[in-house]
Amino acid sequence: MPLLEAIDVHGGYGGMNILNGVDMAIEADEIGVIVGPNGAGKSTMLKAIFGLLTITQGEIRLRGEAITNLSPHKLVEMGMGFVPQEKNIFPSLSVEENLEMGAFLKPATASRLKRQIYEFFPPLFEKRRQPAGELSGGQRQMVAMGRALMNEPSVLLLDEPTAGLSPRYMNEIFERVKTINAAGVGVLMVEQNAKQALRIAHKGFVLAAGQNRFTDTGEALLNDPQVAKSFLGG
Amino acid sequence: MNELIYFFNYVVVAGSVTGCIYAMGAIGVTLIYSILRFAHFAHADMMTLGTFVVLLLTLAFPHAGDALGLPTAIVMLPIAMAVTSLVAVGIDRAFYQPLRAHGVKPIVMVIASLGVTLMLQGLIRLFAGTGAQSLYVDARKEIFRIDLPGITRPIVVTEPQIILFAVTIVAVVGLHLFLTRARLGKAMRAMSDNPDLARASGINTRLIITLTWIIAGSLATLAGTLLSLDVAFKPDLSFFLLLPIFAAAIVGGVGHPYGAIAGGFLVGFAETLAVFNWSVLLRPLRDSLPTWLELPNNLALVGTEYKIVVPFFILVAVLIWRPTGIFKGKVI
Repeated sequence: MPLLEAIDVHGGYGGMNILNGVDMAIEADEIGVIVGPNGAGKSTMLKAIFGLLTITQGEIRLRGEAITNLSPHKLVEMGMGFVPQEKNIFPSLSVEENLEMGAFLKPATASRLKRQIYEFFPPLFEKRRQPAGELSGGQRQMVAMGRALMNEPSVLLLDEPTAGLSPRYMNEIFERVKTINAAGVGVLMVEQNAKQALRIAHKGFVLAAGQNRFTDTGEALLNDPQVAKSFLGG
Repeated sequence: MNELIYFFNYVVVAGSVTGCIYAMGAIGVTLIYSILRFAHFAHADMMTLGTFVVLLLTLAFPHAGDALGLPTAIVMLPIAMAVTSLVAVGIDRAFYQPLRAHGVKPIVMVIASLGVTLMLQGLIRLFAGTGAQSLYVDARKEIFRIDLPGITRPIVVTEPQIILFAVTIVAVVGLHLFLTRARLGKAMRAMSDNPDLARASGINTRLIITLTWIIAGSLATLAGTLLSLDVAFKPDLSFFLLLPIFAAAIVGGVGHPYGAIAGGFLVGFAETLAVFNWSVLLRPLRDSLPTWLELPNNLALVGTEYKIVVPFFILVAVLIWRPTGIFKGKVI
């Protein structure tokens, strides 16, 4: 049974459909990457899974259980973590407080998890008392991912985690995603840096106009001349 | 020296009293704005309402405070705070929550809060009449006169003033500890920072909203009651409080509780200094002044009856020159 499964998902904002039938499935130990041109509905799909917009048709399942249109609050309780692309930290709260907010539903485990996150993202330990808003872009992304990990999610949704980061930080974030996945967290992420992302992906979903154009393993998509030509810039 | 004592009594003491009251009101305004993103115009009436509850309780049990040696109104404060908080939460559920669910613009919320203002004012007048009433129902206000050696004029402080200073310090320190140490306090700051992410972190935003009304309602009750103890309860109290507490919240930077405290004292002292009769301080110099310069009897910047122009002026000035306030808050 797949960890996260989307079947023929339709949905959008205020009656305007952006998703016109998206299918995807990832197993518990997999990284799934959603790529595609601008306006293909990549981020919209992630938001639809996390209950931030109404799904008008189709179904989303977590471990076989239907979670279509559940509230984000409920999904967090069920072990889903979401890192938005923008505004993904609490800028005036310290790094440490940002992490604590991630464990809001599990205060008892907060201090143990905080130590793990600091080991995982060492720069955050040095800056733990600083307001998160004062950190650099890469470090903010670490805070954002750390916050989501504090809830010990079984599946993590990442919306363009490397957007606007320097190549150095970009590679570091991809490495971290691999490590998070190796620790037993299923990852579904949207990426603009399609080639690098597909390299670490077990499954790749190429969306266009709110529908699957290609669905295969990351490697197969990278080697597919048609995908390369139309979506990966040759 | 007499003049300095006069200055102390009429500026330092009076300014601190006003400052404490405005600060506690402004904290409420600023907290409500940071969590619910609208200017809550009914806040001053929340203060009157809290005081009105205290008045009712004091009338019902006039001797409740005797055993503790405190004014009855003070003993009734915790009950009144609970009642006012409950009413505040009820008002939110009945009027603001449905509007929020519809996703209305902040201005609609502001207008709704004006409606709540009129409603509260009407209800309080219906029961309390329009006149002034002392919160000392069956007792007298204690006034402490502290004589300093060699000076004829004593320092004058009243019992409610001393209680006010103590309560303000406790409330401010308590709020600080809550916001920086408690899990819910931090969640409150988180929600003020980024409400969507707070929801995505599993923070129960409904609980935070309820908590905001409880804190704001309690502080409003404290401030209103302690002010009324020092002067008297009047149903139109809110009219004279609304402008200063908004000025204080905006001067301090909306969304910053510490800014609201600073703003409260700034507005309070500005008001006190503006109505202070400076002629008294200059009187000792009278003999050395040239004969053509005659010292007027009243040298105040504005008359007491026009006191309200001071916060109004501060408000307009801040909005023009520094709309984010001292602590770089949000712009209402």
